Amino acid sequence: MPVVMDAERIHRSLTRIAHEILERNRGTDQLALVGIRARGVPIATRVAGHLKAIAGVDVPTGALDITLYRDDLMRHAVGPQPVIRRTEIPFSIDDRLILLADDVLYTGRTIRAALDALIDFGRPKEIQLVVLVDRGHRELPIRADYVGRNIPTSRQQSVQVRLVEIDGRDEVEVEG
Amino acid sequence: MSTLTALRGRHLLGIADLEPGEIELVLETAVAMKEVGTRPIKKVPTMRGQTVINLFMEPSTRTRMSFELAEKRLSADTLGMTTSGSSVTKGETLADTARTLEAMAPDMIVLRHPSSGAPHQLARICRASIINAGDGMHEHPTQALLDAFTMMERKGRLNGVRVAIVGDLAHSRVLRSNALLLVKMGADVRACGPATLVPPGLDRLGVRVFRSLDAAIEGADVVMMLRVQYERMHGLYLPSVREYFNEFGLTPARLERAAPDVIVMHPGPMNRGVEIDSEVADGPWSVILDQVANGVAVRMAVLYLLAGGEEGER
Repeated sequence: MPVVMDAERIHRSLTRIAHEILERNRGTDQLALVGIRARGVPIATRVAGHLKAIAGVDVPTGALDITLYRDDLMRHAVGPQPVIRRTEIPFSIDDRLILLADDVLYTGRTIRAALDALIDFGRPKEIQLVVLVDRGHRELPIRADYVGRNIPTSRQQSVQVRLVEIDGRDEVEVEG
Repeated sequence: MSTLTALRGRHLLGIADLEPGEIELVLETAVAMKEVGTRPIKKVPTMRGQTVINLFMEPSTRTRMSFELAEKRLSADTLGMTTSGSSVTKGETLADTARTLEAMAPDMIVLRHPSSGAPHQLARICRASIINAGDGMHEHPTQALLDAFTMMERKGRLNGVRVAIVGDLAHSRVLRSNALLLVKMGADVRACGPATLVPPGLDRLGVRVFRSLDAAIEGADVVMMLRVQYERMHGLYLPSVREYFNEFGLTPARLERAAPDVIVMHPGPMNRGVEIDSEVADGPWSVILDQVANGVAVRMAVLYLLAGGEEGER
């Protein structure tokens, strides 16, 4: 199946998102980025890089592992537990505007878990959602504030986001 | 990083059953669990709705509290049962106790028992996952895992680390589990204790036995002191406290033979002035309190990894 975003397109999408973030949020001193492991983390880092390039601001960036908050964790009768990685949020999220970043928005369940996890770290003023791809099929009342690209899919398909930092190259592919 | 993503069994009965990859998986998961303990809200909803019974049929404070805290941080519902005031003192057998508890449908049972092999018996009877929290003179797997985690934190590796384990070797499940784990992970394991308290067959585990403490400590990266059990003192095994301390007590002077960045460990509870000098226990070498803190993280990792379950059909 086709590659729906290449490196160039991913780069442009994240640059545009950085512009939108600055437009929507006057003043950047309260901003912080939190990426959801695994691929939300490089996305958050790249958006932070764009914000720095455009507005000269250093936005603190953290990484969130949501495994322990998943709603399907103890429901699998068979199969291994997902591997847990470290959560690293080296700043207080109290009263900040948190930009939560992930690669693909699908059912919304990951974001639900991430919201629960984040709120255990403090009380942010506001949380906005950044995603590279929105593929539809929401199961919860959740929407993204910044979307790199909307990609209509069927539930049978899968969307593979590959990023240089993790996968060695940048592309988004729809499979199946 | 571990290539495994799951433990093969659904119980943790001993280190003997674990592969090196499984040990790595527990230690890596514990790193993430330790972070949970640094959050403003030190609790995650992972085991919500799961019931864990802590069945402690032998006195224990730190292990029991450590497990309880780990369970609570993962949001499990916990029940505790200790020997005093329980049906055990009324003569109930372990098998009957197990069947009774099983009828309450717990997801896991954490068992501390004076008889070696008791957790294995429980595992045959119960559908719940069993975690061995110390059985007789056999194994204490979570202690060995938390010790390994503490060594990893300080030394960055287990392979090639020189570890001297000193004290009552014959009656120690801590020694046994640690020796099994450390040898599997490629550490250089040495043991030292009074001749009356050296069990046969330690060399078959891959442990080198030393008669003199100075020789055992030579160049050690880690010195692990075992508790001298008072109940064994004055008997056939040991002449006197003073004589024991002179020969096997860890003092700052003795530590000079170890590696410059040596760390000192003790599973607790300590007997100051018997196996360890206060100056060592409270000194810069000591990671004894780190071991306590790490115990919670490691037990959270074990609970989490066993909670997924393979058969249990939850």
